[in-house]
Amino acid sequence: MLYREAGDYKTSYVADSQTFPIKFDRYGYYFILGFAFLVMPLIINDYWANAIVVPFLIYTIAALGLNILIGYCGQLSLGTGGFMAVGAYASYKLMTGFPDFNIIFVIITAGLITAAVGVLFGLPSLRIKGFYLAVATLAAQFFLIWLFTRTGWFYNYSPTGMISAPTRTVLGYPVTGPRASAVSMYLICLCFLVACAWLARNLTRGTMGRQWMAIRDMDIAAEIIGVNPLMAKLSAFAVSSFFVGIAGALLFTVYLGAAEAGEAFGIDKSFLVLFMVIIGGLGSIFGAFAGAFFLIVGPVLLKLLLVDSLGWPTDLAAHLEIMIVGALILVFLILEPHGIAALWRTIKQKLRLWPFPY
Amino acid sequence: MPDTLLFAMEATLNGLTAGVMYALVALGFVLIFKASGIFNFAQGVMALFAALTLVGFQSGQIPFSHLINAMFGTRLHHFGWNMPTLLAIPATVAVMILLAILVERFILKHLINQEPIILFMATIGLAYFLEGVGDIMWGAEVKALDVGLPKGMSDTVDELTFNWFGYGFFIDRLELWAAGIAAILVASLTIFSQYTKQGRALRAVADDHQAALSVGISLRFIWVLTWSIAGIVALVAGIMWGSKSGVQFSLSLIALKALPVLILGGFTSIPGAIVGGLIIGVGEKLFDFFMQPIVGGATENWFAYMLALVFLLFRPQGLFGEKIIERV
Repeated sequence: MLYREAGDYKTSYVADSQTFPIKFDRYGYYFILGFAFLVMPLIINDYWANAIVVPFLIYTIAALGLNILIGYCGQLSLGTGGFMAVGAYASYKLMTGFPDFNIIFVIITAGLITAAVGVLFGLPSLRIKGFYLAVATLAAQFFLIWLFTRTGWFYNYSPTGMISAPTRTVLGYPVTGPRASAVSMYLICLCFLVACAWLARNLTRGTMGRQWMAIRDMDIAAEIIGVNPLMAKLSAFAVSSFFVGIAGALLFTVYLGAAEAGEAFGIDKSFLVLFMVIIGGLGSIFGAFAGAFFLIVGPVLLKLLLVDSLGWPTDLAAHLEIMIVGALILVFLILEPHGIAALWRTIKQKLRLWPFPY
Repeated sequence: MPDTLLFAMEATLNGLTAGVMYALVALGFVLIFKASGIFNFAQGVMALFAALTLVGFQSGQIPFSHLINAMFGTRLHHFGWNMPTLLAIPATVAVMILLAILVERFILKHLINQEPIILFMATIGLAYFLEGVGDIMWGAEVKALDVGLPKGMSDTVDELTFNWFGYGFFIDRLELWAAGIAAILVASLTIFSQYTKQGRALRAVADDHQAALSVGISLRFIWVLTWSIAGIVALVAGIMWGSKSGVQFSLSLIALKALPVLILGGFTSIPGAIVGGLIIGVGEKLFDFFMQPIVGGATENWFAYMLALVFLLFRPQGLFGEKIIERV
């Protein structure tokens, strides 16, 4: 009854093309935004921030990035972990090399550096596609991790080979390092996420996004109607790597605090983000949120259920988790290949007609 | 002869034998890709699963004992008998065939006519699922696998090369055996696909699904058949890799190593898989040998992928692959 366009008159073209054309959606969106910015900082505590909320925010940024590449532009990439490592190491070098540089600019610059690396490894996509490209991006993953663990310059020749984030502040509050509070960690990740989601949404519905989708649907046909495949593919790699780099920088500086390339940014991270994109829904901004939420909260809930309440050994719970994630992917691909986002779309369609379906 | 040349020759020989091991995994990929157009990412995990099952049967482990213990508070672990290897291998083959039937029934059947990328992702899901099942079924600790294959340095090669060059090459006997077994495997697969009825049906399906259906070939049976054969190839690869470095999680990562092999050889060519494996094996060893003083070791982690990447830029369909023709 509440959920429909009827009566919600648009008087300008801008109003007509807004992201949330239905009033209920729009208010829901404002409500969530208000809740996230005003209420969450008051109720968040260390456990929730570390176990669920901060990783959810960071992985959503990474999933947004990968979704642009796979879901919108159709270029399969398995190098996400490597690109996250680029973001992390770039931010580390910037933080230690220029101590006065504000952390926000450090993270953005790290994203830009990752974008440049992403374009470099995206170059083969002009000639190869599909599985072949996936293998080419694997080259990025393994080569970058090898580079970061082998070259002393990247980790400032520290004897352990680890990088650790020094304390940096925003408006006087420490956001990185051991003194950072849960609230400030939460807020900086949230700000980056909102900015990234806004950027992604507006890029994907503009000229650039349409070019990406044309390339995804059929690249030869797209070329014939005048889409420049060089620009479209490389811009997708650049934007995607920019997001992934920001996620990697945030993961290292804000969340982990100390990291080692092989451990924190291994191939399993690439797959984790890929699964978020698949389960959430390819080619959907909401899907990135849903997929990240599902794969971050799911394991925590499973662990709470099995280990804490049933008293099962942790290794068994971990194996069961892998199994369930695998089975879920299969179930989603079979029942709903377009992920949670498609389920949500169906629900919205049903809601529009409720209570008088035809 | 100068020492460097001798060492390089030894590295080349070691690379050749290592390449055979890669080729064994790549073979499974090619079989499934040819018959069903599916890029089976789970091949490496299938090898791990097969090896785990084999060890489990041999040592008489009770499947899922860990899970049963956690659920009911029992203390089960072993049946208390050891199965002879000759019995355990057919039992494992039976498990792999059962797995093939289940995969066809619960996954492939529902994914007919989906895009290749969806199928690829489904096999990634399958890989995770199988990995979890294998761990829960047989436990995750590193296990030694011994099926009676000889191990250690080959004395014959050592003596022979010592007589020729005055320097004995170190070649693992197990890897020589692996090369022999791979040759037998390829020969028998070729005979199977050329001279038996099922083999011909397999090739017909690989050529054109719809045409094969129209002459009365059951697609579902062929898929079960291919996945069974891929399961058996996975078992062979699992035995070889398991005897070499123990049955453990890292075994499933060799699937990733097989990818560049496939790219070099082309996805649809069995000889390509072998040649690609050898090129990757030798290239990796030689590159590491010559570059170690300059960039440090462990280049094996990425060299294969980089080689594949550079190669793809010049020949996107691989060495022996069919030429890719695209139409709008």
